[in-house]
Amino acid sequence: MTDPLTPVLTKHWLGPESWTLRHYTELGGYQALDKALETPADDLIALIKDSGLRGRGGAGFPTGMKWSFIPQAKPGEEPTGPAAKPKYLVINADEGEPGTCKDVPLMMADPHSLIEGCIITSWAIRAHFCAIYVRGEVVHCIRRLHAAVREAYDAGHLGKNIHGTGFDLDIVVHAGAGAYICGEETALLDSLEGRRGQPRLKPPFPATAGLYAAPTVVNNVETIATVPAIVSGGKDWFRTMGRERSPGPKIYSLSGHVERPGQYEAPLGTTLRELLDLAGGMKDGVPLKFWTPGGSSTPLLTDEHLDVPLDFEGATEAGSMLGTTALMIFNETVSVPWAVMKWTEFYEHESCGKCTPCREGCYWLAGILRRMVEGEGTEADIDTLLDVCDNVLGRSFCALGDGAVSPITSGIKYFRQEFVDLCTAQRRHPEVDRIVELSGASA
Amino acid sequence: MTAASERAPEKPSEREDLPPVPEGYVRLTIDDRIVDAPQGELIIRTCERLGIVVPRFCDHPLLDPAGACRQCLVEVEMGGRKMPKPQASCTMTVAQDMVVNTQMTSPVADKAQQGVMELLLINHPLDCPICDKGGECPLQNQAMSSGRAESRFVEEKRTFAKPLPISDEVLLDRERCVLCQRCTRFSRQIAGDQFIELLERGAHQQIGTEETAFGEGEDFQSYFSGNTIQICPVGALTSASYRFRSRPFDLVSTPGVSEHDSSGASIRRDWRRGAVTRVLAGDDPEVNEEWIDDKTRFAFRYTQAADRLLRPMVRGDDGELAETSWTEALERAAQLLVAARDGQGPADEEGHRKQGVGVLPGGRVTVEDGYAYGKFARLALGTNDVDARARVATDEELDFLGTRVAGTGPDHVSFDALESAPTVLCVALEPEEEAPIVFLRLRKAARTGTSVHHLGQWSTPAVVKTGGKLVRCAPGDEVTALGTLPDPVAANLAKPGAVVLVGERAAQVPGLYAAVADLAARTGAKVAWIPRRAGERGALDAGALPTVLPGGAPVADAGARAALASSWGVAELPSEAGRDLAEILRAAAEGELAGLVVGGVALDDLPDPDLARRALEAADVVVSLEQRRSEVTDRADVVLPVAPVINKAGTFRNWEGRDRRFATTIDPSGGSAGRVGGTAATTLPDCRVLDTLAVEMDVDLFTQTPEATAAEFARVADALAGHRAGASGTFTSSRRTNGALTASEAANAPFVPDEGSADGAADVDVEVIDVEVAEVVDGELVEVAEVVEVVEVVETHHPALRLATWRQLLDGGALMAGEPELAGTARPPKIRVSAATARRLGFAEDDPAQLEGPHGSLILPVEVADLPDDVVWAPARVPRFDGGVTTLAGLGLSHGGVVRLHDGREAQRSRTIERSSS
Repeated sequence: MTDPLTPVLTKHWLGPESWTLRHYTELGGYQALDKALETPADDLIALIKDSGLRGRGGAGFPTGMKWSFIPQAKPGEEPTGPAAKPKYLVINADEGEPGTCKDVPLMMADPHSLIEGCIITSWAIRAHFCAIYVRGEVVHCIRRLHAAVREAYDAGHLGKNIHGTGFDLDIVVHAGAGAYICGEETALLDSLEGRRGQPRLKPPFPATAGLYAAPTVVNNVETIATVPAIVSGGKDWFRTMGRERSPGPKIYSLSGHVERPGQYEAPLGTTLRELLDLAGGMKDGVPLKFWTPGGSSTPLLTDEHLDVPLDFEGATEAGSMLGTTALMIFNETVSVPWAVMKWTEFYEHESCGKCTPCREGCYWLAGILRRMVEGEGTEADIDTLLDVCDNVLGRSFCALGDGAVSPITSGIKYFRQEFVDLCTAQRRHPEVDRIVELSGASA
Repeated sequence: MTAASERAPEKPSEREDLPPVPEGYVRLTIDDRIVDAPQGELIIRTCERLGIVVPRFCDHPLLDPAGACRQCLVEVEMGGRKMPKPQASCTMTVAQDMVVNTQMTSPVADKAQQGVMELLLINHPLDCPICDKGGECPLQNQAMSSGRAESRFVEEKRTFAKPLPISDEVLLDRERCVLCQRCTRFSRQIAGDQFIELLERGAHQQIGTEETAFGEGEDFQSYFSGNTIQICPVGALTSASYRFRSRPFDLVSTPGVSEHDSSGASIRRDWRRGAVTRVLAGDDPEVNEEWIDDKTRFAFRYTQAADRLLRPMVRGDDGELAETSWTEALERAAQLLVAARDGQGPADEEGHRKQGVGVLPGGRVTVEDGYAYGKFARLALGTNDVDARARVATDEELDFLGTRVAGTGPDHVSFDALESAPTVLCVALEPEEEAPIVFLRLRKAARTGTSVHHLGQWSTPAVVKTGGKLVRCAPGDEVTALGTLPDPVAANLAKPGAVVLVGERAAQVPGLYAAVADLAARTGAKVAWIPRRAGERGALDAGALPTVLPGGAPVADAGARAALASSWGVAELPSEAGRDLAEILRAAAEGELAGLVVGGVALDDLPDPDLARRALEAADVVVSLEQRRSEVTDRADVVLPVAPVINKAGTFRNWEGRDRRFATTIDPSGGSAGRVGGTAATTLPDCRVLDTLAVEMDVDLFTQTPEATAAEFARVADALAGHRAGASGTFTSSRRTNGALTASEAANAPFVPDEGSADGAADVDVEVIDVEVAEVVDGELVEVAEVVEVVEVVETHHPALRLATWRQLLDGGALMAGEPELAGTARPPKIRVSAATARRLGFAEDDPAQLEGPHGSLILPVEVADLPDDVVWAPARVPRFDGGVTTLAGLGLSHGGVVRLHDGREAQRSRTIERSSS
């Protein structure tokens, strides 16, 4: 039996001081960069396109295609419009999705793979400035990134005339201020520009008017960290892993009721059953009840879905989404309405407030769920929940609202009876008793 | 057979039975109706044109799309495929063969809209019965049209402390707010004032200021803050002046015209029981679009001020003014004026009698009233001694106005022309302070590519907010600066459509009007004149000036005089050019003129208030036509109360030369609505008072009503149009006959630096500086902060300090009476100097500095700005704690003149002691 794990990104993680430039270089780091800098930029874009690499931030947009959207000057012509503007690369490291913990460990353990990816990507899209927007709460990670960027500058991988090619690139590590919405790419750009982080109207899309209204690629950390490996190994090697439309390795983050929670890098399309085997099975053998394939914004799944291939297509076919492959695993001891309430409280807290459905909807949904969990719900509340979800899903400005209703609709879809049971067992509202007493109806 | 195939969606753009799609248009289907719409039009606008009302909150046609409220969701089909989610019709533009289904035809859109409405209401307090907006509230209305009858929401609503004052005038009720961001977008995009912003997130998101966010800092210091109240689609923003005063359905709404500046903004006055309760912006795309400044909006209580004059008064033998009847007052005034006119007044010890009467109508007259003043002077008083300019005024200006301004209309330079101009240069004009509606249009122009340059001394907020292009020069050096304009500016002015805007302050710099004319001749740029007051432009065309006849013809033109005499049915008219403001006052003070007829003139506004006081004291006869008690009425022999704009009809001719007619808002004689409470007394327009007064002097003016006056003025202006100087290209003031400087010119003699060479051109400091624009995304123009260092006193010999000055919008002007909250939103008066000068003089930011002139001094805090070194900027007029004002003119200071600046701490201490002991 072949090893189900395919460590590419995680290959160095267990090495001594794996985050140092010395360690990274000893294991062949920054060789892909030399290779890339010898490759014409358009060929690099074609390579990434052909490799089939898809964005690891959740939506799975083909990375090479995203790069090719950046308007470039045509040879021999004076560029006009967006093509005449500087290009930017922005790394979305604002990892905040509940359950998601792949980018921060990656930047902690192997920041140079990201930096090398950034340089190669910048070369490909002809950017001379790259910003890494890191979630503000992970101070240790930010420090490590800063140190790594400094090392890369000192080694001549960054700055002016990189490796003697005449290519210049600066990388800035920018700490966010802790808003979940800033993981949405246009809100991230606003935040990076020093404004209030709220999603922008699209069009224009970042590819034509992103950071400072200039063409911008926004990619996830894991996506860009994968790039050096593709440059070194080639597209055919990359396609030996994963499935036809979702090739390559992926870091699956297992958390919750499993024996060995953690990061498991396996080919896309690996199933939860296989991952559970790797993680030593359910904790203490208590059976699985429900799980999320990719963070709380992806509709939850149940033990029926143990064999769903976890790639972009497989998760969608199962009625969910691959998301960030943050598998939160819950055993039978967990109440679904309670878990859904906690998630909804997260969205209530993190809704940016820009649009009505998400701002007000999350507030209302969280209120209903709290009341139900406290035992004061009615069956009508379940219908109200679903109807409010319907009024938020697809009506909000960005995908935050869509994600916010996923746990509720999927929770009710698979575990409606649990919600109903909460209502039938409902405690009488103390106010009702008081009114009954005051009105003399009890007499 | 499916429903889809039944519909057989033939592309409407390819249908042969329809005319071809016009160039620049697309053909689409909305609610089964085929419509052509210009490319780029938002779906919601196309719907409006079809009469389909899509409910909305954040959408506003003059603001950039936001897509925030999600109330306007519709279903859209492109290329035969329905888009998976309903789309916000306020952000999506039309496209060829698009199919749109609004709530009228799409259950999905209908449910989406109902859902959003329900969500909007869950945290809304639903306190409509006590809300100012109740009855005119888009949320209330659309909740009725697109909402559920019953709410399913039983959780607790989110609450906030309320109301939260975000300025003295604007109050915020965060519970009612639906977070549509109209107010923040208005402030950012239209006004350029980023004083309000969204704070917090989720359901706790709220509008706030630096002050509300951090407990201290800037509040909503915008001259345009009131617009946010008007465009707020709920009752979240209310004004201190209207809050809890009325219900909209109890008010009468009357369209009107702003009396506060020369733009003639369209407004709506809502009133009841004889008093205006609020002023709203009218919608006039050609002039003010849908915006007005806060002075226009909030300064309307002056008509109800306690010192409002309601009955005529005559000074008795005891020297006191006593109320009397109109008949008696008019007879008395006529008798005094006839004697003064004819030199029959009291004789002095040598038997000398003064002769003649000067007329000072003031700058706030309507065209009709201005015409009546001019006609009264020429017919009843037999003189051209009439000058409506209550400010620094020169012959050079008369020449300029007569040649280049009189008789021009919006076809010359208009608001729209500013917007489409490639370049605009402002000279002696600080648009935000002196013509706020012009400022808004300049900012709009700057955001869409017009380069707006300012000739001035520092990067004022208006400079920064219109693109930050300042041509900096020392005060008084404007003439040289225009002569040596650096190239981006000079070259830009040569582009077709370029405009030079010149303010009335050009009269303060000798030669500046001529330099503007030269610049225009050199570059081909059009020139427009923008005075501060509402009546100045009308007074020019109506002939309320010493050298200008109605229609803008020169007095010196015998043919024009003959034509006018024939129109007026008199044998001849005075041919001698009249005295101007300064000359009239000097002549009265020195005992040449016997009498003065004074309209709405505040002595503090005059270039030499002391001279004016002496003139009023010295004159045998002073007849005052005023709305409220003033320094003039205190010195008048007869006081004739005249009607404020709300009680009369009339016309303001705005700076474009556009006639802005308005009808009576409140007719005190027009039944109970006008008479209950408020100021019920019948006051008459100036033209009517002057007409009756003239009758008492056996002269007929035929200006009984504004309507009759306007009709006659139109006829006369037509008859004299051929004589207009602009038509012939020459206008020479006949006042400059003896070669000597007139008093006004002498008062504004060019500045000669203490030790500098007389050759001013050699050491003129002209430089072009571009204020750093921090952000260019979306055309946003964002101010750059000034940094002040700790300063040390360095004693060196330096040239004298020169003064730069102009008025601020809210500076205790006469029309701001009775509205303390408005005064509270004024920009704090400050003295500004460059960092180097501050260092040299030993001032740190906010130190009190004493500005000293020949007649007194003024203490204000210092702020460092990018002025040239050795230049001091100070506001021309500063309200005092005691309710009065201190003007720099009153201190004997003028723009371009020498000024001294001292440490103000000592003087401040002694003054404080004085105040506390008194």
